[in-house]
Amino acid sequence: MLDLIMKDILGTPSILVGLFALVGLLLQKKSAANVVSGTLKTIMGFVILGAGATVLTGALDIFGQMFNRAFSVSGVIPNNEAIVAAAQGKFGTSTALIMVLGMIVNILLARFTRFKFIFLTGHHTLFMACLIAVTLSVAGLSGAMLVLIGAVILGLCMVLFPALLQPYVRQITGSDDFAVGHFGSIGYFTSAVIGRKFGNKEQTTEQIKVPKSLGFLRDTSVAVSLTMAIFFIVVALFAGPTYIEGELSGGSNFIVFSLMQAITFAAGVYIILAGVRMLIAEIVPAFKGIAEKIAPNAKPALDCPTVFPFAPNAVIIGFISSFAAGLISMFILPAVGLAVIVPGLVPHFFTGAAAGVFGNATGGRRGAALGAFANGLIISFLPAILLVFMGDLGFGGTTFGDSDFGIVGSLIIGIMKLFGAA
Amino acid sequence: MKNIMVVCGNGLGSSFIMEINVKKALDELGQTAEVDHTDLASARTVKADIYIGAADIVEQLDDGSRTIVTLENMMSIPEIKSKLEPHLS
Repeated sequence: MLDLIMKDILGTPSILVGLFALVGLLLQKKSAANVVSGTLKTIMGFVILGAGATVLTGALDIFGQMFNRAFSVSGVIPNNEAIVAAAQGKFGTSTALIMVLGMIVNILLARFTRFKFIFLTGHHTLFMACLIAVTLSVAGLSGAMLVLIGAVILGLCMVLFPALLQPYVRQITGSDDFAVGHFGSIGYFTSAVIGRKFGNKEQTTEQIKVPKSLGFLRDTSVAVSLTMAIFFIVVALFAGPTYIEGELSGGSNFIVFSLMQAITFAAGVYIILAGVRMLIAEIVPAFKGIAEKIAPNAKPALDCPTVFPFAPNAVIIGFISSFAAGLISMFILPAVGLAVIVPGLVPHFFTGAAAGVFGNATGGRRGAALGAFANGLIISFLPAILLVFMGDLGFGGTTFGDSDFGIVGSLIIGIMKLFGAA
Repeated sequence: MKNIMVVCGNGLGSSFIMEINVKKALDELGQTAEVDHTDLASARTVKADIYIGAADIVEQLDDGSRTIVTLENMMSIPEIKSKLEPHLS
């Protein structure tokens, strides 16, 4: 009986997360129909997440083999969704526990310290919980110790990163109503500092005319398909048809095969996003409801696109600038002995755009361009450094993308090494 | 019962927050509607009475047949109320 509860029920991450949603729904006194459907959808979201991972990692493996064959170094595509989904098999339970306990730590910190922020970007909470679970386990922790220490670290991340950005968020939005809660904070902070030092905030980006034609890249599935198609085909040309048609594609044309793999990768991302959306749909409102009762004067910390409408031109400039830095980094990284980080349109779009908005707030046009460029370097080098610390854990070819994951992960393993644990 | 679809690039963070705010705005207006959030690609295939989101996202859904509402500040309940109200009757 105990075995059934401990191993089969609590040891199955999807059921565990479903139970959290159930408790959240009951606490909100929802109707029976809502409770049942919300709980089932949460569990289903987790299952969809795993299914998407299978689709995506198939394409990722093939990309890795082609890349290795073409350039004799390993090429890594940082993608939070991919690595989190792939890691759920081994780290699902500890991720789920750290996530929920971390949210509780966040509420307590918002109630009792001066860091009054409630971190509402649920998918990033999940990703950070997973990163912490993985790195603490690499550093040699396990069981209750791993979950408790992990929850404290997560709760701290959920208030400290928004606090770091808040002075600049006030400048961007002209109010103190909300904070930015998105784990690309180090990149945005750097961008704001560079903007302040090298730019002039009087020359705002919003005075220039920027073509609106790049808008279609806001569509994640289109953006992923497009970049992956370009990278796949370039790598395929270098790897050569003989190898691909002989070893990988079972004889079908190497260009057609590469194109299909690129779109399969994007389809995997799409499936995982749908799963994550279902998974957090019940948990975030419950968290928000509880937080409002316990820490009523805390600010909500929100996803980075909430600042985009304040400077639409800085969004486009920031994205282009960040992506350019990612492309340049591809050539620098192997020269200094690190893995090649293939720049993704999506991470560069979201974090580059936000960095552009922060840089513009402190340093206008020049701030947006230089600051976002710095962000592009950061999200190329940090994942590569994280790989050195973490290894690829057998989730070949991918790692965490945004800047804060790299910083927190490297710090966790670095500090544990000092204590002789890892 | 009208249904309202809130849209952002990923269909994860900001559209979710907007959905919560739209529901709050509806409450304050004393109106009820079905509210949901999704990403841009899915939104093209979903039928809704009103599509709401940041300008550069939802304007891409504007094919002349859809009702589009664009938001400047996603956190401003007064803004959501004033822009949504004309479309609810």
